[in-house]
Amino acid sequence: MLTKAERQRGYAGGGVVFAGITLFIALAVIALLFFDSGDTGRPLFDAYVWRILRFTLLQAGLSTLLSVALALPLALALARQPKFPGRIWIIRLMAVPMGLPVLIGALGLIGIWGRTGVLNSGLAMIGVSDPVSIYGLSGILIAHVFFNLPLACRLLLAGLERLPPEYWRLSASLGLPSFSVFRFVEWPAVKPLLAGIAGLVFMLCATSFTLVLVLGGGPAATTLEVAIYQSLRFDFDPARAISLSLLQIAVTASVLALMALLPTPGDDNAATGRSARRFDGGSSAARFWDGIFIVLAVLFLCLPLVSILVAGVKADFARLLTTPVFWKAVWTSVWIALMAAMISLAAAITIINARAALADSRKPGLTARSFSALLASLSSLVLLVPPVVIGTGWFLLLRPYGEVSRFAPLLVVMINAMTALPFVMRVLSPAFAIHRQRTARQATNLGVFGFTRLRLIDLPVLKTPLATALSFAMALSLGDLGAVALFGSEDLVTLPWLVYSRLGSYRTADADGFALILALLCLGLTIAGTAGQRDRKDERG
Amino acid sequence: MRKRIFSLAAVLTAALSFALPAHAQEKKTLTVYTYESFVAEWGPGPKVKAAFEKTCDCTVNFVAVADGVALLTRLKLEGAGTKADIALGLDTNLVKEAIDTGLFDKSGVDTAKLTVPGGYQDDIFVPYDYGHFAVVYDTQTLKNPPKSLKELVEGDPSQKIVIQDPRTSTPGLGLLLWVKSVYGDKAPEAWAQLKKRVLTVTPGWSEAYGMFTKGEVPMVLSYTTSPAYHMVEDKSDRYQAAAFSEGHYIQIEVAGLLKNTPNRELAQKFLSFMVTPAFQDEIATTNWMMPVTATDKPLPDAFDKLVKPSKTFLMDPAQVANNRRAWIDEWLAAMSLN
Repeated sequence: MLTKAERQRGYAGGGVVFAGITLFIALAVIALLFFDSGDTGRPLFDAYVWRILRFTLLQAGLSTLLSVALALPLALALARQPKFPGRIWIIRLMAVPMGLPVLIGALGLIGIWGRTGVLNSGLAMIGVSDPVSIYGLSGILIAHVFFNLPLACRLLLAGLERLPPEYWRLSASLGLPSFSVFRFVEWPAVKPLLAGIAGLVFMLCATSFTLVLVLGGGPAATTLEVAIYQSLRFDFDPARAISLSLLQIAVTASVLALMALLPTPGDDNAATGRSARRFDGGSSAARFWDGIFIVLAVLFLCLPLVSILVAGVKADFARLLTTPVFWKAVWTSVWIALMAAMISLAAAITIINARAALADSRKPGLTARSFSALLASLSSLVLLVPPVVIGTGWFLLLRPYGEVSRFAPLLVVMINAMTALPFVMRVLSPAFAIHRQRTARQATNLGVFGFTRLRLIDLPVLKTPLATALSFAMALSLGDLGAVALFGSEDLVTLPWLVYSRLGSYRTADADGFALILALLCLGLTIAGTAGQRDRKDERG
Repeated sequence: MRKRIFSLAAVLTAALSFALPAHAQEKKTLTVYTYESFVAEWGPGPKVKAAFEKTCDCTVNFVAVADGVALLTRLKLEGAGTKADIALGLDTNLVKEAIDTGLFDKSGVDTAKLTVPGGYQDDIFVPYDYGHFAVVYDTQTLKNPPKSLKELVEGDPSQKIVIQDPRTSTPGLGLLLWVKSVYGDKAPEAWAQLKKRVLTVTPGWSEAYGMFTKGEVPMVLSYTTSPAYHMVEDKSDRYQAAAFSEGHYIQIEVAGLLKNTPNRELAQKFLSFMVTPAFQDEIATTNWMMPVTATDKPLPDAFDKLVKPSKTFLMDPAQVANNRRAWIDEWLAAMSLN
C-alpha cells in the first residue's frame, strides 16, 4: 500500500542504518583483533567460562521470568484502574530506576533489603534476631526485578493502552467475565509484545555486572560481562575479550531465538477489530485486588527510591549546586542524552519503515524477508555488544587522527544511541505497526502522502509513543557512566561521573546528593514524556 | 532541532580547532597521565600543578583516566606514540607489566633517601606515596575488632566484611596477596574459612566503601589512612582501622618517565619535584596516602592516631605478575565452594 517511492526510500534507509550499525561494531572489533597485545594463551572454553556461562543464563532466565510474570498482572491492573489515585505518578516513577546509576540503585535496594535495611530492622523489632540475607541469587533477582519490572510494565501498559476505546465500550454491553476479557482482549494485545519484552529484559540481565557482583555474595555469582570487563580492563587481553563477547552474543541470541519461537508474534492480530468489554475494573472485588497488587508493586519499587531520597536530601545542596563542574555536568549529560536519543529514534524509525516497506512488497522474497529479520535482530542484539569493547576499539581507530578525548563526546553519543535502540524499537515498533494498519487504507484513498500525512495523520497519534521513546532513551543515556572513564576527557564530565568520582573519594554524601538530582532529572524527563498520555486519557474519559 | 544543529556545530568547531597546528611553542607543556581522583578539585593535582608551574615556566597538562589499571591499559593502547611524558599512579603490582611494555625509561631520580616501608627500590619508577591495606571497622557496631588476620579469618561469621574482587580491583588483589603472604600454601583453606564472614565481593573499592559507610557491614577492606579522612574532613572518630599482628600488605604508588618523551629534562624535573616537600606536603590530606619523605608542613594530628603496621608485606612485582592468574584461580575455587 506504500507508493513505489516510499518503498524505495524504506529499503535505502534500512540499508544505510544496517550498514552504519554493522560498521560501527565491526570496525571496533577488527581494530581490537589486529592489536597485538603480546602474551595471551589462556584457553577460552575452560571450566571457569562454562561455569559463569551457566550462571549467566540461569540468573538472566529467572530474572526475566520473574520480571515479566510480575509486570503482566501489574500492567493489567493499572490498565483496568485508570482512576487509581496517583496512577500517572506510579507510571512516571517507573522510569526512574532505568536512569539511575546501577550502584546507586544497588545501595537503595540494600537500604531496604540489606542486612541492616528496613526489612531486617522491622523483623528485629518483632523479635526475629537472625537477619534475612539477600546476598546470593535472591539478591540478584530482587535487583533485576526492581530494574526491569518497571520497564516491562511500561511496555505492556503501552500495548494495552493502544487498544481502541471502542473495545471497552462494546465489551461493556456483552457482560463477559474477567477471564474472558483477559482471553479475548487483553491477552491478544499483550501476547505479541511478550517475546520482545522478555528478550530485552533477558539481555539486560545477562549483561548485568555491578548488580551481580555486589548482591551476588561472592565470585560464584559472576556473569560473562564480568569476565569481558576483566579481560579488557584488567588483563588487557583484547582477543579474549572479543571471544567472550562473541560467546555472549551467540548464546544469548540462541536463547532469544528460542523464546521468539514460543509465542509466535503475529504483528497483525492486535488490531483485528475483535471486541470485548471493560466494566470489570469497576466491580469492588476487582478494585480491591487490583489495588492490593498495585500497592505492593509500588512499595517494592518505591521503597528503594525513598531510601535514595532520604540519603540524598542530607547532602549539602547549597555547596553541590554552586560547584561549577556540576552545571557543566548537567549540560553535558543532557545534551549527550538528547543527541543519543534523537539518533536512536531516527535509526528506529528508519528500521521500522524499512521493515514495513519490505513487508509491503507484493511477494516478499527470501532476500527481503531475511533482510527484514536481520534488521529486527540487529536492532535488539546491539544491546549485547559490551560498550567497553566498542569504546576501546574506536579508541584505537581514532587515535591516529588526533587526541581521542576530542572525539569522545561523539563516541559516547553513538554508543548510548546504540544501547537505547532496542528500547526505542520496543516502544515504537508496535505503535507504528498498529497505526499503519489503521490508517494506511484511508490515507491512500484520501491521497494524503508525505509531510501532510505526517502532520495530519501520523503525528497526532504517534506523538505519545515518540515522546515515551524519547524519554526512555534519554533516561537510559543519562544514567550511563559509559565509555567516559576510558577516554579521560575533562570536557566529558557527566552526572553519573560526578556520582562515581565522589563515591571513589570517601564523599558518599555528595554522591547521594548528585544521585538524587539525577533521579529527579529522569523523573522530569518522564513527566515530559507522559504528558501526552494524560491528555489522551481525558479524551477517552 | 536548532539546539541539535548548534551542538553539532560545536563538535565540528572543536574538531577543527584541534586539527589546526598548535600555536607557537613559547611555553613547554608537560603531559602527565594519571587517575581521576588525583586531578579532582579536592585531589593533589591542582595544587601540585600550581606549585610546579611556578618553578618551570611550563604548563602541566593532566590527562586523567579511571584508575591505575586503566592508566596502564591506556598506555598499552597508545604504545610508543603516546602523548604522555609521565605516567603517575601505577602501583607496585602493575610495575612488572608496565616495564614489560618497554615504554618506560630510567627516572634518573635518587630514590635511596625515600622512606618507603618494605624497602621498594627501582631505577625506573619513583614511589610518591603509599598506604597499607587494612580492615576498617565501624566502632559503633563492632566493639571487638579482629587483632590479626588470623582472628579475621577465624572470627564470628555473623560479623561480616565486604571485600573487593581481585579480578577487577587493586585493593582486592592486595588482600589476595596479603593472605598469600601470611598463609602461603594454606591460603585456600584460609579463604574457605573467611568466606563465611564475607557478606559480598564488590567490583571495586567505591561499592564496598559505600556499603560500609551506609552501615550495611561493620568491616571493609580499605587502607590504614582511611580513618584520617573521616577524622580530618568529617571530624569523626567513628571509623577506625584494625591493626593486625602479622603485619599489613602495602600499596605503593609510583610514577615513571616515558621513553619517547620529547620533554625528557622537564619530565625528570617533575619526577624529582614529586619527592620534594612541595609535592609531598599535599599528598597526605588530598590523596589520603602517606608521604614518602619528610614534609615541611607537619601532618594533621589524625595521622598520628593511625595504625602503624609492625611489619610490612610486599611481594616482588615479578612474582606477583607470574602468579597472579594462578592465585586468582585458587581464590575463585575457594570462594565458590558451598
